[in-house]
Amino acid sequence: MTMAMPKQVLLAGSRLSGARHRLLAFSSLIALIVIFSLAAPDFLSAGNVIAILQSTSVNGVLAIAATLVIITGGIDLSVGTLMTFCAVIAGVVLTYWGLPLGLGVLAAIAAGSLAGLTSGTCVAKLRIPPFIATLGMMLALKGLALVISGTRPIYFNNTPGFTEIAQGSLVGLVLPALPIPNGVLILFLVAIMASFILQRTVLGRYTFALGSNEEAVRLSGVNTDRWKMAVYALAGGICGIAGLLIASRLNSAQPALGQGYELDAIAAVVIGGTSLSGGRGTIVGTLIGALIMSVLAFGLRLLSVPQEWQFVVTGSIIILAVYIDILRRGKA
Amino acid sequence: MLTRRIILGGLSVAAVSGPGAMIASAQDKPYVALISKGFQHQFWQAVKAGADKAAAELSVRVTFEGPDSESQVDRQIDMLAAALAKKPAAIGFAALDSQAAIPLLRQAQQARIPVIAFDSGVDSDIPVATAATNNLAAAALAADKMAGLVGGEGKVALLVHDQTSRTGIDRRDGFVNRIKSSHPKIRIVATEYGGGDHLKSTEIAKAILQAHQDLKGMFGANEGSAIGVINAVKELNRKLVVIGYDSGAPQKQAIRDGRMAGAITQNPIGIGYKTVEAALKAIKGQPVEKVIDTGFYYYDKTNIDQPDIKAVLYD
Repeated sequence: MTMAMPKQVLLAGSRLSGARHRLLAFSSLIALIVIFSLAAPDFLSAGNVIAILQSTSVNGVLAIAATLVIITGGIDLSVGTLMTFCAVIAGVVLTYWGLPLGLGVLAAIAAGSLAGLTSGTCVAKLRIPPFIATLGMMLALKGLALVISGTRPIYFNNTPGFTEIAQGSLVGLVLPALPIPNGVLILFLVAIMASFILQRTVLGRYTFALGSNEEAVRLSGVNTDRWKMAVYALAGGICGIAGLLIASRLNSAQPALGQGYELDAIAAVVIGGTSLSGGRGTIVGTLIGALIMSVLAFGLRLLSVPQEWQFVVTGSIIILAVYIDILRRGKA
Repeated sequence: MLTRRIILGGLSVAAVSGPGAMIASAQDKPYVALISKGFQHQFWQAVKAGADKAAAELSVRVTFEGPDSESQVDRQIDMLAAALAKKPAAIGFAALDSQAAIPLLRQAQQARIPVIAFDSGVDSDIPVATAATNNLAAAALAADKMAGLVGGEGKVALLVHDQTSRTGIDRRDGFVNRIKSSHPKIRIVATEYGGGDHLKSTEIAKAILQAHQDLKGMFGANEGSAIGVINAVKELNRKLVVIGYDSGAPQKQAIRDGRMAGAITQNPIGIGYKTVEAALKAIKGQPVEKVIDTGFYYYDKTNIDQPDIKAVLYD
């Protein structure tokens, strides 16, 4: 049914339902915050709120990268290990080669874009299904991260200022009462940038169009392959930023970490109302989805809910979120 | 919209009301938050059991959490951050990566929350005490047992979980150094690493056995490595002295039916118990030993069912 709809109608419709879902997700987030703050007085303490935001930053940035690819109707399973790979690249450039901080940052983002471009090429040119292409990429990058690092964490002790990327607080310098870590600031900057690209640029328009009806876009004379590769490369670059965030937070590039993080990112995307079948989704939704996940994690911990039950609750909420999305779409 | 909110709300309330009520009744007990390296693994469940035992006996409230895998350093940091927000009276912490945790440990120090390191310790002077197995001494005991069982001479090999973790390094060095210093006629022909993964360890052990047809003994330095050695010996139908580490049902079974000569067991229950005990002392301002040896035992067919050994073995 969707396929038969003219593109304009479909895009307009998606924007409307996106807004509704965002409202849903947002009210769920507020409800969770209210419940947790009533049940645990420490929930809204400055320390806890900052910890929640801090822990959202990495998953949030990864989820933004995943959102872009998912809107094209694809999937990116490599975001987690790509993040690790980029962190290791930063470690090599900064610690092993001793180059200045700026170059390390550039190298991580460039490595991410390059890896993303590789996935994109596999998907667009070689016609490998995105699930398989990025699954292969996930494993290859995991291996490369281990090889390059020599299976040891790389520490950034010789790079002063590196931990400031995520742990420092520019906001705190201006407003000492509000020591919001830079990592959170970066998350919001990435979100604004991605939102802008999706809504105001040609790349954004084609991202949605690829997910809605790739064939129609191709038949209207657009080089879909090139745009698809661009989206994967952009997502890869964003994973590079996530790599810098996590490395800065841990003051080390941990080569064994990363697998499994793609699933948390995809969960955040889905909770935020982005459709896994493509063509529909927002960055704001994803941001809310990522916040819901960390609010849940911290809230349940604060209430000392046994860990085994934390998994059950989080899993149920993911299923619920998607089910409600299906219900709503059925009605529309 | 309404449905979702109600269901979500209901779900969360259901999830929180139970423990919420528990917190209210336990408010007066001192609260100790334990952040471990793992959670699902039987070893960590045994540590948790020991902590719970101490909590019941010493009238302390304890929570126990750990990441899904030992590579998830950032998840562990999040757990530590959440624990700090709960303003515990003390924290027990088994660091996956000491350096990554330092900023938060400093926060704990500033808030005057005593930190007890457990299992493998924390490379920092912030913890007031460390409750851990002396892995060097434990592996040296394994070397002595191995030497005795192979008759003081011949070729032996080691299968270790990894070459980067503290436990991997200490168990390897403890074993190797004791062989070199006290048993000069024994030659170590291979030291390999299998990540503690059962299957991978099996393949590596098979390769070692194929390469050394006259191998007389093999030491598996953790549960997964030990099981790998047993599997390999069985698949190749060889006879040699196998010494393991830790417990778990398959390893216990192998000791009972003679495929494994014996194994070192740490005292995970003791680790949990002594961590909470030390935390309580620190809370009360009493002196705490800087290094708390939680003990280890060598067990084999003859003593596996003795009550003191049985208590520290897990399935």
